[in-house]
Amino acid sequence: MTFVGVVGAGVMGTGVAQNLAQSGHSVVLVDNDPDALDRAVTRIELDCRMSRMLGGPEVDPAAVLSLIATGTSLGLLAETEVVIENITESWELKSALYPKLDAACKAGTVFVVNTSAIPITKIASLTSRPDKVMGVHFMNPVPMKPACEFIPGYHTSEQTKDTVRALLESMGKKPIPVNDASGFVSNRVLMLTVNEAAFLVHEGVADAETVDEVFRSCFGHPMGPLETADLIGVDTILYSVEVLYEQFNDSKYRPCPLLKKMTDAGLHGRKSGKGFYTYAG
Amino acid sequence: MSQDARNEIRAFITAKFPRMTFTDEQDIFALGFVNSLFAMELVMFIEKAFGTRIPNEELNLDNFRTVARMADLVRRQQSAATAR
Repeated sequence: MTFVGVVGAGVMGTGVAQNLAQSGHSVVLVDNDPDALDRAVTRIELDCRMSRMLGGPEVDPAAVLSLIATGTSLGLLAETEVVIENITESWELKSALYPKLDAACKAGTVFVVNTSAIPITKIASLTSRPDKVMGVHFMNPVPMKPACEFIPGYHTSEQTKDTVRALLESMGKKPIPVNDASGFVSNRVLMLTVNEAAFLVHEGVADAETVDEVFRSCFGHPMGPLETADLIGVDTILYSVEVLYEQFNDSKYRPCPLLKKMTDAGLHGRKSGKGFYTYAG
Repeated sequence: MSQDARNEIRAFITAKFPRMTFTDEQDIFALGFVNSLFAMELVMFIEKAFGTRIPNEELNLDNFRTVARMADLVRRQQSAATAR
């Protein structure tokens, strides 16, 4: 059992905390917003109840939640062996957080950056322990996905890689090694696909349902790109495309204006009840 | 009551997938419009709309495949609540 800190109780942090607890690890979930922590607990309970129905194992919500402590102070992370950070995909926010994490945690704590597009080496440079910083790009919904991208930074040590690999394997994840570059493999391709799909809607070429139907019916994808956008979060898609644009300075990563408008309007997808589609909740 | 439940469930699905045409007996998951994540929304909707908490043994995809089966599930929960 590893004592793991999870920072950020959004969609990804909640899934990571649940997956860790389901695998028998002790978790402290930290977020500066107490409401986000309450939502995370509710979400984890619902997800555990649904596990078997969605093709997973039978999971006892009470047993999982008994392994997860929550709180708003980074001080709770002091004794953790590994911290998995999942805050909003924004350089401004991440660059403010890492020096604080560095100060709050003991010297041996390994930092795992869960990011869609920010280079790991750049984040490691914010800390006094670049050898103990590792990138992992988890997929959503975390407890159901069998693999993740595994991204060492320039200075990441072999020992750190071993620690993180063992933790991921204990969570039932296959780590797929990828070199450090903005967007890694998955999001270099996926974010542009979603961005272009949003342009199709924006330009009136097809509505969201039609775009998705083409991907499902013609390509056999289980979900179309805009359903995927709603699952990931429309705001997260926008921030990721913006990070790619910032990193490569290439106009092919220009974000679709519709993504900006939806983000400003609070149409963030499943988590907000409305995105390209409308959800219950 | 069962007909009301059917109508409410049907309205919820139609609002989400306006172009999907289906009978009360048709497997909505087999039509290619919805995936298993939608099952989670159905559970949340049914629990909220009918003021019930579906017990774990009833959380089975087969109970959510058709409007008729979902309405039956609601009826079972309501009669169980009345019996208590």
